[in-house]
Amino acid sequence: MDRLKLIPLIVLSALLVFIINADAGAQEEAPADTAEIVKPAPPQNVRVVDNPNDNGHYLLIRWDPSPDEGKGDNDVMGYNIYRSDKPDGEYRQMGTMPVGFYEYEDGSEEEVLAGEKNLEYMEIGETYYYKLTSVTPQDVESEFTEPVSGVPTADWFHAGKLSYFIALFLYISLVLYFIKAAKSGQKLYIRPLGGIEAIDNAIGRATEMGRPILFVLGTGTASDIATIAGYTILGRVARKTAEYQIPVLVPVNEPVMMSVAQETVRNAYIEAGRPDLYDEKNIPYVTAMQFPYVAAVNGIMIREKTATNFYMGLFHAEALLLAETGATTGAIQISGTDQPSQLPFFIAATDFTLIGEELYAASAYLSGQPLLLGPLKAQDYAKALLIVIMVIGLITMTIGWSFWYDLFSTNIT
Amino acid sequence: MKKSLPLGIVFFAGVVMFFQHFIPTDQSEFIYKYANDWLICIGVYAMLLGIWSLIRVTLHKARHDPNERFYAIVTLVSMGIMIVAGWDVDNLRAGSLFMNMFNYILIPVQATIFSLLAFYVASAAYRAFRARTVLATLLLFTAFVVMLRMIPLGYISELNQYLVAWILSVPNLAAKRAIIMGVGLGMMATSIKIILGIERQYLGGD
Repeated sequence: MDRLKLIPLIVLSALLVFIINADAGAQEEAPADTAEIVKPAPPQNVRVVDNPNDNGHYLLIRWDPSPDEGKGDNDVMGYNIYRSDKPDGEYRQMGTMPVGFYEYEDGSEEEVLAGEKNLEYMEIGETYYYKLTSVTPQDVESEFTEPVSGVPTADWFHAGKLSYFIALFLYISLVLYFIKAAKSGQKLYIRPLGGIEAIDNAIGRATEMGRPILFVLGTGTASDIATIAGYTILGRVARKTAEYQIPVLVPVNEPVMMSVAQETVRNAYIEAGRPDLYDEKNIPYVTAMQFPYVAAVNGIMIREKTATNFYMGLFHAEALLLAETGATTGAIQISGTDQPSQLPFFIAATDFTLIGEELYAASAYLSGQPLLLGPLKAQDYAKALLIVIMVIGLITMTIGWSFWYDLFSTNIT
Repeated sequence: MKKSLPLGIVFFAGVVMFFQHFIPTDQSEFIYKYANDWLICIGVYAMLLGIWSLIRVTLHKARHDPNERFYAIVTLVSMGIMIVAGWDVDNLRAGSLFMNMFNYILIPVQATIFSLLAFYVASAAYRAFRARTVLATLLLFTAFVVMLRMIPLGYISELNQYLVAWILSVPNLAAKRAIIMGVGLGMMATSIKIILGIERQYLGGD
């Protein structure tokens, strides 16, 4: 009987515990239910345009900020960009931009990446649809914007390089004009260069001393313009050395350079009528590594006691290591490079230096051919024109007019 | 034919690559990549020529030149050891004989040569900074001021840093830019001469 009396008591207690717990739970959840999750407003005025001056695999998505940007609890932290190939298809998130940036470049030209289909790839001429959302710091996302479409197209001319193209066209015209003038027999005055005039004297000195000449083409590659300028000087020097019957040593750091240098020297010896003096072993490949190359060339200078050293081409940190060793051996040294950072070293350590453009002019000076002198004249006129352009730019920018600057500005990305 | 064919190829390639620079399409980029791939291929095959040249010249020195014999044998033996040690790709892992020789012999030797630059700068500066003319004196004074930047001299250092910053960012930079512009024009003129076949010394002459 006592047990039967206990049953309602237990049921009542259990009911009481349940009610109390349920009430406590309700109190705990109450803030979540009552706290309103306020979605931020989406960005406005979404536009999709073709990315200019590209190969047709990119689109630019632009938008105006969400009205909630910088406001209270639903402040916007960034914008998510979604793309689909159908207006009502599945949209995939392509990227996120933080506030302050209202443009996103979407796309890729790589259809396959690491053996897998690249989801960012964009087909030329296909229509792509975009929706954007705003995101708060609490990661609450706004509603999607209405889909906006764009079609990536390839451009056949890079409009950002137009001023560059015009300048090149004018310069080429100038060069061609002076080549034509030279061809027609017009006498072109070219200012003398000390370094060039010293070349013959330096070769003569080596002849008198009966010692070889060292010609270093630098540590560039065969396709560098400075190296090509070096070949042209090497050809003229080799021809003289063949006439005077003294060897020219050309240790090189690249196999392609070796082949070209060998061919240049061989032909110079043939032109001089002394092919029998040509020795391929005087133009060896040494090493492709910069400082071992220095060690090898310095060793040649010291052991062979070269009377004249030429450094013509592209040089890096090895410039001073070579030139200073040459100076200690007592050789007369003529250098030329287009690297502004290495020019002070050459000026300090060698007897004559061809500064920058003079390296390119050397071939024309040495040959004396009117056809080669024409472009030199064009260079001088182009420099004068550049000075005028810069002076006008300086004046207009000082006054505050930017039209001159805008006229010459380029967008080559 | 021996000259006209290469000149024709140079003209064609030069004109194509010139316009390629201004055309951003896929086809244009393909041409650029294709040409670069060709350069790499040529470089790889030319390396065989280079190695052959190195062996031939060094062997010749070892046989016929007593003064060079020792260096020639060291070169050949070193080359042989490195080729054998690096023959298998597995030997390129860290701790292998090849990598140990590379890291603990070649790199320190290269660093040693590079470090000589510090002494060479001093000896070259000693010769260059002689006050023989007005310009040389100006150079000496400017170099002195710029070098003082590295020495703590209290209030003088503070004043000096503004002067050095001005020297580097105004007259020095202006001269550098002038050289760079001249180089650019020279490069273009050389390229035009090469494309038009006026300059052909790189092909071995006229």
